[in-house]
Amino acid sequence: MTAMSMVQAIQSALDCTMEADPSVLVMGEDVGFFGGVFRCTEGLYEKYGAHRALDTPIAEGGIVAAAVGMGVNGLRPVVEMQFADYIYPAIDQIISELARLRHRSGGEFWAPVVIRAPCDGGIRGGQTHSQSPEGIFTHVCGLKTVMPSNPYDAKGLLISAIEDDDPVVFFEPKRIYNGPFYGHNEPSSGPNSWTKHPMGEVPNGHYTVPLGKANVLRRGGAVTVLAYGTMVHVADAAIENSGIDAELIDLRTLLPLDTEAIVESVRKTGRCVVVHEATRTSGFGAELVSEIQEECFWYLRAPIERVTGWDTPYPHAYEWEYFPGQARISAAMQRAIECD
Amino acid sequence: MKTSSPSRLFVPVASSRPGEVPDFSQLHIPEAKASPAKPEGVITAEETYDLALGLVRVLDDGGCAAGDWLPDLSVERLIEGLRHMMHVRAYDERMFRMQRQGQLSFYVKCTGEEAVAVAQAMALNPGDMLFPSYRQQGLLFVRGRSVVDMMCHCISNARDNLKGRQMPVFYSWKEGNFFSISGNLATQYSQAAGWAMASAYKGEEHIASAWVGDGSTAEADVHYAMLFAATYKAPVLLNVVNNQWAISTPQSFASTGTTFAARGIGYHIPSVRVDGNDFLAVYAVTEWAAERARQGHGPTFIEHFTYRAEGHSTSDNPAGYRAEDEARLWPLGDPIARLKQHLITLGAWDLDRHAALEAELADSVTRDWKEAIGYGSLESGPHWPVESMFEDVFKEMPPHLLKQRKQLESGS
Repeated sequence: MTAMSMVQAIQSALDCTMEADPSVLVMGEDVGFFGGVFRCTEGLYEKYGAHRALDTPIAEGGIVAAAVGMGVNGLRPVVEMQFADYIYPAIDQIISELARLRHRSGGEFWAPVVIRAPCDGGIRGGQTHSQSPEGIFTHVCGLKTVMPSNPYDAKGLLISAIEDDDPVVFFEPKRIYNGPFYGHNEPSSGPNSWTKHPMGEVPNGHYTVPLGKANVLRRGGAVTVLAYGTMVHVADAAIENSGIDAELIDLRTLLPLDTEAIVESVRKTGRCVVVHEATRTSGFGAELVSEIQEECFWYLRAPIERVTGWDTPYPHAYEWEYFPGQARISAAMQRAIECD
Repeated sequence: MKTSSPSRLFVPVASSRPGEVPDFSQLHIPEAKASPAKPEGVITAEETYDLALGLVRVLDDGGCAAGDWLPDLSVERLIEGLRHMMHVRAYDERMFRMQRQGQLSFYVKCTGEEAVAVAQAMALNPGDMLFPSYRQQGLLFVRGRSVVDMMCHCISNARDNLKGRQMPVFYSWKEGNFFSISGNLATQYSQAAGWAMASAYKGEEHIASAWVGDGSTAEADVHYAMLFAATYKAPVLLNVVNNQWAISTPQSFASTGTTFAARGIGYHIPSVRVDGNDFLAVYAVTEWAAERARQGHGPTFIEHFTYRAEGHSTSDNPAGYRAEDEARLWPLGDPIARLKQHLITLGAWDLDRHAALEAELADSVTRDWKEAIGYGSLESGPHWPVESMFEDVFKEMPPHLLKQRKQLESGS
């Protein structure tokens, strides 16, 4: 075990899989010689060469298209979109091609491509360095969508994603690349570096965290809180600081969703708060709320709450008014508990 | 005095519109012997300027073959090529009629463009990967795809290898290295560059070949394909089938007044414009480009200059946007007629043999159709079991799809 940041854990996952399997390569803008703008591919160029840590032209659609072709030809490309906000030029290749290929060809062709994309806000990234577009991808049949919240999961989930024969969109919350984050200007309930965090202890070698399995981080009986990515830590701090006996579930994989874990918890607590940074309307939270409503209707004792980003583009100056912080989560938990 | 006038929006015009006389007078069609020279050895993109702006032809109007692009093909191979093209046409005719009778929902003919796919496929190796658009059915005939299986796909019956999931003509044939056709235009073009990159990554000698139409060159994926192919010197042939029309839109809306081939030079890709109705020329250019790719000299961009003789699809009526006799007036003629004439000129073919082959192929596709429809029809089946709809979305079926499959089975 080594103390790793999320960046180092991701680099370690890539290193492990590239070492074990010559068909794995990383490609994207600035991922090769330079090692990535967030350092996630650092050292891979030196260790595996220019053709396996492949710098590309600035063309997200071309990167994903090339990866699809490579995947069809037996490689396992791990492509990087420099920011999730810039994944849109690749949308046609992702939705129309990558996600549909196995189905439309009757199982003849498929491409085991992983698309890594740093996502989420909290870094003064403004409109185009802060978005959380996961809901766009969970709506696409044929894609798996993953978002880790800590170094241990990040490495294990990424190795699972690379070894999976289905395409995976792997969102990395950049705000927690170097340490957990509990929400701006609010009392911290834990360390600000992964070196002091239990989930910052990462095995050096190969291991996996299964796709499609949530993680119950905190047991409680009063209310279930569903979160993923950065919001796991904000919600955890909100629970800690409010003293509410909440159960916190880190979804980890959004699709396929671990419905079982969610249903078990909500049937127990009878209350649920769904938290995400992404905008509210048609966000992934709506799917969670609907699923819970169908599966837990007779167990619910309060309306399901959603704490999300507002339905606005991500603002620069008003970041902390936009970001769903501890206060909003605590208030939602309180409303859920008080309702009877 | 003012010598300039304000900018005015320029809108390209068509070669003809209904009721007009088609005007191909602007087309410069050089004689075969005036074709740009076939390059020897390694060549740069800039050295292909004449090839990109000119027109490589081998067959002249009288059916004689000339020039240094003349490929070394036996009479038997030429007859094989003729047979494949005639087979494709017979298949198209039969399938078009079956669509009109309501037996299939949709069909796309490639009439007039048979040489583009047939000659190229014959000049490639079976291990080379094909990334077609929806109008290269000739590739399947050359690779030996069962016509019955093609038909079974088009009517989505229980023998459709695509399990009833795709519209007709969106063939896929893994065994024949024929990539799954997508409805989204040009997406396969950039994927082919990636496939070729992987081939080079693995040190294999297989190359990729990809097709788009003139209209689809406007899609971003064509830019991506050319850029990636050029950047990584990927062993890929990038074909543009310029058949002059993108449904109702003339090629001038994408060509910007020059040749499509000219565009390749800007990407530093050696580029050639070839008479797409000349079987020998398409074969020769493909052979040359494939050899370059196999020797590690990277991609070639090939514009096949041809004409879409029929409507865009069974859902299209070309009389709504172009003169009815345009195809007849197309100066490069018909690829089957031209190869036929060449074989007659060589003394290797005659009108009786041609008529006999035509009749044989018409009978053959009729027999194939009867067999295919015997495995089930679109309307009455048998089809694949409906539950198979949930398969292949993922490699293994996740819980939410298992649940939905159960809901479908129970009718809830």
